[in-house]
Amino acid sequence: MTQPFYVSPEQVMKDRADFARKGISRGRSVVVLQYADGIAFVAENPSQALHKVSEIYDRIGFAAVGRYNEFENLRIAGVRLADMKGYSYDRRDVTARALANAYAQTLGAIFSSAAEKPYEVELFVGEVADDAEHDQIYRLTYDGSAADVNGYGVMGGQNEQVQTYLTDHYQPGLDLDGVIGLATAALGHDTEQPRVLTAASLEVGILTRARPQPRKFRRLADTDVAAALGT
Amino acid sequence: MSQPGPLPAGTRLSGQSSFADYLATQSPDLMPGAAQKMGGALSNGSGADLAPHGTTIVAATFDGGVVMAGDRRATMGNIIAQRDIQKVFPADEYSVTGIAGTAGLAIELVRLFQVELEHYEKIEGTMLSADGKANRLAALIRGNLGLAMQGLAVVPLFAAFDREVQKGRIFSYDVTGGRYEEQDFHAVGSGSMFARGSLKKLYSPNLTEGDCVTAAVQALYDAADDDSATGGPDLTRRIFPVIYSVTTDGYRRLDDAEVGAIADDVIGARMDRPNGPAAPLN
Repeated sequence: MTQPFYVSPEQVMKDRADFARKGISRGRSVVVLQYADGIAFVAENPSQALHKVSEIYDRIGFAAVGRYNEFENLRIAGVRLADMKGYSYDRRDVTARALANAYAQTLGAIFSSAAEKPYEVELFVGEVADDAEHDQIYRLTYDGSAADVNGYGVMGGQNEQVQTYLTDHYQPGLDLDGVIGLATAALGHDTEQPRVLTAASLEVGILTRARPQPRKFRRLADTDVAAALGT
Repeated sequence: MSQPGPLPAGTRLSGQSSFADYLATQSPDLMPGAAQKMGGALSNGSGADLAPHGTTIVAATFDGGVVMAGDRRATMGNIIAQRDIQKVFPADEYSVTGIAGTAGLAIELVRLFQVELEHYEKIEGTMLSADGKANRLAALIRGNLGLAMQGLAVVPLFAAFDREVQKGRIFSYDVTGGRYEEQDFHAVGSGSMFARGSLKKLYSPNLTEGDCVTAAVQALYDAADDDSATGGPDLTRRIFPVIYSVTTDGYRRLDDAEVGAIADDVIGARMDRPNGPAAPLN
């Protein structure tokens, strides 16, 4: 009869976290930034069809890195949760806080369940308010931890270099062109030799107070991004 | 749906982009008319006097879009239940729905339809075609057939700007979910015969957006003239028809000042000629 090896719970959790982190760092980074009119999500994503940045609800946007099927699954669940809530109560009752909570609970449960492998994803959930002070951005990691993001945030890929670049260059109150330029430069600084990213390789979604319609999310076309970058 | 908690069961199943289908499996009690269906106490045709009814909606196409207008009256038998009800709603960025019939059910149906279109757009990352939208609305109306038999019918009018062919399109429905595409113009509701007769004389394919709005206001005036359930322009309270225009730039609700000015012109002309503009004999 074979005796199972004893593995300490610390080791189990560390192994699972390493597994998730490794998966997440394989892809490119995604950044989120607050600007004068709202929140911008910028991802390096050459695909036109497989989105990393999406609309969840009127004022709520979503960005993800990691394994596509897993974050797509979470995105659809978020849309359903938000639409169901807005339909049964009111559109104003759908909040990023509740959504971030649901994501955190779900990711946490999956991370610590022995029956499932941890999700290799990280998410940003942002909600634009009537003024920049009340904008909310949450960052959710593979183990279910949730954190507030102030001003700017980076996840996935070589996020430390990108983070450093943003820390040095970010300032509040930028306009849309400025913030897209900054995000693009930051995403290019993930290697020793900075890369120059083109509009076609970027995916940009914004939540903007400037839109009079109730749905504040807008996905920028490549031509809009190119114009913002001045190329 | 408790506030702090994980994503509810069922939200993480993939392969479904219809919100109505999702709602029907997850919370069937929230479907429009669910409570009435469960009650089942209404005898045939007895629901008609029970709840407010919406009345006349007109729509007309012009080069580059479509206009929809609705009067503001809801009636309950001989009582005016509301004099400033809104019966035309945007369904999504490029389409509008007007409702006639049992107001409570119809508004619920429109709300579900709005979420249905937005939900599809978010899940699939692309907007439904104009025909796809019209068909989804037909399916929702069909679900209400049982109640329609009891007198609680909902008969919407749907108008969309079709981005593939770059023109406005109008769809009408019957209570069984039958979907019919209308050419040029159409009207539904209790005053629709009069409104349609009026539009028949006023409409021509070369009308501009502004002309279409005026024609719609004239048609609603004629409907109110002969149908007691349709409300005319309320000059003392300054309540005017709700009018939406849908073009390649999306939908736009004409503001009260704009509609008020057109209504004032129409009424001014009718001071001289109460029956409205005369059409040439041949």
